[in-house]
Amino acid sequence: MSAALDLAARVTDPRDRGGPRQPLLIARDLRKHFAVKGAKGKVVRAVDGISFAVRKGETLGVVGESGCGKSTLARLLLHLIVPDAGELVFDGEAVGAPGGISVGALRRQAQMVFQDSYSSLNPRMPVRDSVAFGPYVQGTKKPEARDIARRMLGQVGLDADLFGPRYPHELSGGQKQRVNIARALATGPRMVVLDEPVSALDKSVEAQVLNLLLDLKQRFGLTYLFISHDLGVVRFVSDRVLVVYLGRVVEVGPSEALFHEPKHPYTRALLASRPSMDPARRIEEAPIAGDPPNPIDPPSGCRFRTRCPFAEAVCAAREPALAADGWDAHAAACHMQDAGSGHSRAASAGSA
Amino acid sequence: MTVMASQPVMASGQPMAAEQVMGLPGPEPDAAAAPDAHALPAITVRSYWQSVGYRLRHDPATLCFAAIVLLIVLAAVFAPLVAPDNPFQESIIGRLKPFGWRGHLLGTDELGRDMLSRLLFGGRVALLMGVVPVLIASVVGGTLGVIGGFAGGMINTATMRTMDVFYAFPSVLLAVAIAGAMGGGIANGMIALTLVFIPPICRVAETATTQVRGLDFIEAARASGARPLTIIRHHVLGNVLGPVFIYASSLVSVSMLLASGLSFLGLGVRPPTPDWGLMLSTLRQSIWVVPWVCALPGVAIFITSFCFNLVSDGLRAAMDVRM
Amino acid sequence: MRTYILRRILYAIPIALGVSIVCFSLVYIAPGDPLETVLPPDATAATIAQIKHIYGFDKPIPVQYVIWLGRVLAGNFGISIADGRPVILEVGQALKNTGLLALFAVPLAFTLGYAMGAVAGCFPGGWLDRTVTGAAVAGVSVPNYWLGIVLVILFSVQYMWLPATGMGPDGVSQLHLLQWRDLQYFVLPVITLAMIPIGIIARSTRAAVAEIRNQDFVQTLRAKGLSEWAVARHVLKNALPPVMAVMGLQFGYLLGGSILVETVFSWPGSGFLLSKAIINRDVPVLQGTILALSMIFVATNLIVDLLQSLVDPRLRRG
Repeated sequence: MSAALDLAARVTDPRDRGGPRQPLLIARDLRKHFAVKGAKGKVVRAVDGISFAVRKGETLGVVGESGCGKSTLARLLLHLIVPDAGELVFDGEAVGAPGGISVGALRRQAQMVFQDSYSSLNPRMPVRDSVAFGPYVQGTKKPEARDIARRMLGQVGLDADLFGPRYPHELSGGQKQRVNIARALATGPRMVVLDEPVSALDKSVEAQVLNLLLDLKQRFGLTYLFISHDLGVVRFVSDRVLVVYLGRVVEVGPSEALFHEPKHPYTRALLASRPSMDPARRIEEAPIAGDPPNPIDPPSGCRFRTRCPFAEAVCAAREPALAADGWDAHAAACHMQDAGSGHSRAASAGSA
Repeated sequence: MTVMASQPVMASGQPMAAEQVMGLPGPEPDAAAAPDAHALPAITVRSYWQSVGYRLRHDPATLCFAAIVLLIVLAAVFAPLVAPDNPFQESIIGRLKPFGWRGHLLGTDELGRDMLSRLLFGGRVALLMGVVPVLIASVVGGTLGVIGGFAGGMINTATMRTMDVFYAFPSVLLAVAIAGAMGGGIANGMIALTLVFIPPICRVAETATTQVRGLDFIEAARASGARPLTIIRHHVLGNVLGPVFIYASSLVSVSMLLASGLSFLGLGVRPPTPDWGLMLSTLRQSIWVVPWVCALPGVAIFITSFCFNLVSDGLRAAMDVRM
Repeated sequence: MRTYILRRILYAIPIALGVSIVCFSLVYIAPGDPLETVLPPDATAATIAQIKHIYGFDKPIPVQYVIWLGRVLAGNFGISIADGRPVILEVGQALKNTGLLALFAVPLAFTLGYAMGAVAGCFPGGWLDRTVTGAAVAGVSVPNYWLGIVLVILFSVQYMWLPATGMGPDGVSQLHLLQWRDLQYFVLPVITLAMIPIGIIARSTRAAVAEIRNQDFVQTLRAKGLSEWAVARHVLKNALPPVMAVMGLQFGYLLGGSILVETVFSWPGSGFLLSKAIINRDVPVLQGTILALSMIFVATNLIVDLLQSLVDPRLRRG
């Protein structure tokens, strides 16, 4: 952890505005609702009040089931989708606000790696042109953009002469993701949002790409926001982790602490539902009961209560707050963590 | 767009690179991770258009028909040099003569004019009416479709609904209605045909654009900070031009058929200009005298249209690669 | 499901309005004074003034459109310049005759086209497939009026088996369909008319069948032990929805394309009426016929869409 901070202090990016103490990105109460086609008035609450901060030089992992709003969140952060409410602050400047940083300027400093390696590259462009497109659009002349592309392809471990002129369909999944990473880094961003970057890859390739990502982060002094549904992967790369459920953050904390001693029942259930390699420790019954609820009509109060084995009346009445004070705080949005909530288990679990 | 659902996979579980699938020497996947990358053989990487050319070169049927089309085009373009007689030269005694009469290889028409010459000159009008309306409609319809597909929302709905109104007419009817109301003639005929072809081409372009627009690489381009016009130019057009071109090439023969139909009804070229449809119309009365001479212009239309159709089919097969 | 039907019908209304606008404006794209297009050349000044008033030519164009629309909806399509009869009567009679042709041509084209396409699709790459595909391509490359002429040459001129033109020896009013004497007039026009739809339907069916046969669920059916025959039935059932859309369009083609065939055979249908109106510059008849034909086409498309949604539940987007 401190190594990352040291790194951030060491790498003096000329675009840096607030120094290592200032978070690179702050998200405050982001909301995005999508209208349901055909059903008047009903909305899918994809992102429903998410707040967090990312330190310079750290990797923030975001974990959750499919449909919990992770991908929407990723696109909100880069302003590919406009939030309905809430604000984004990038290195001290509000995004999109007058006097703050414009969306165009944000896109010079933050980039994204997409999940589906197949559709994330133009099938009719050689990959080196896809990589060079970013710098070209941001004002670099074509020959220099091509040079940047060559160098970036080399940085991600692909021989530019061998792979540059190829088309996406001539590359394997792992190679395509490397190209995606090269494309994201070609414009020299400070922060990279990675939306399930290894989910579509085979396990062996996944390890290579993850190592590459860590390597590049060191080399270029990057900050990562790493989104995944795979707990093992998130644990491996992240410094801190955010657990998202139905569009809200339910737990946040340092990676090791969170995985070692999860505080929120949902996190506990997620971790417990990983099949064990040890035949002596088989899981007899599913840790999470019930179906994933409907994002159109979330349950009242705590959204997880319909699947939570510890749910009580207070859970339906009031929505628990996430009280995280300090960077390395480990907190969960659960009444059991709040001594004054009225939950029967509150007092005993308060200090865990 | 199809996902590569059934990619050949090697024993290691990695998907095979294209070269390996084709049996050519290829690199191991993620070869750059291997320590001695310089030991790999050189690879010839083919661009999309090169692969199209490759497939076409190895498609004898399409090449054969393309050659016939070329022949027809050349014959029409060089008609003044190739034709044995003046197509306007009438002859009172030499009317409606059968094949081979006094050097007229294909006989004479109802005014004594040489059929072969008239057929050759008629080819010019036919090809003109086949190609020009499709060309103009491709540009106009393609632009409208890309704009609508990319903009989405109200603009797209408005454009496509307007196109739907024209779709509500059977094409022959619409062509006849417009050409008929405007009074016929070759220019009005071309305008009518262009208007008939704009809606379907617009639809093809819009569908392709909408499909592409939803893909991640467009979002990635937006994330790079590109403006809509730049994205269209670099990312959308390349993916849309293919389907539009394939579709438009299949419309050329339709355009020729419609144009000849208009002339048959008296709405196209005016006499004495030679035109295959017009010739069929004027020769209709004479089928009782020299039936097969009178059927000749239709043979010309049929052969030309047939060859264009097959060439366009071959182009589609070569270009419609699931990438 | 009901919402889909309702929405689809509602959607057809602006289309129909748009079509009527196009038909209305035909008079205005004609060269010269629109007044001249609806009047016979020897009209008196009094007639001119009267027509001007009825048509409202002195009013702004949108108002004229509304007036025209009102008259059309009331059934008044104007008076034919050529023979002074009400257009709607002529159009009605002509449509009946075209309808008779379509009555025979539609089943012929649909069944033959579907069968050919199904056979070709079930044996892709074989000689049967190539023959059918070649025939289908030929079918769409041939100008149908020329085919009509060739058939006439063959069967009327050379061999004298069938009549060349007309719709019956005693005229339309005395048609007895069950007698060969009258029925023989139908043979050539119906075959000619059906030729292009057969080609298009065969091609579409072949493509649909071939694609469906490649899908995984067909393999599943075979693995379950179904006979090829039973598998073929499943495939053909699944191939029906996309082909239905094509068939619907082809019905529209039969309406619009009949103009050429009817001209060749002097069949007194709507197409023949249209071509006569063009020659005579009889704009009211032109307008009325086109309006009637295109409205029928819009209705046909609507019915086809609704039928399709019945057959293919995936299309019922509520």
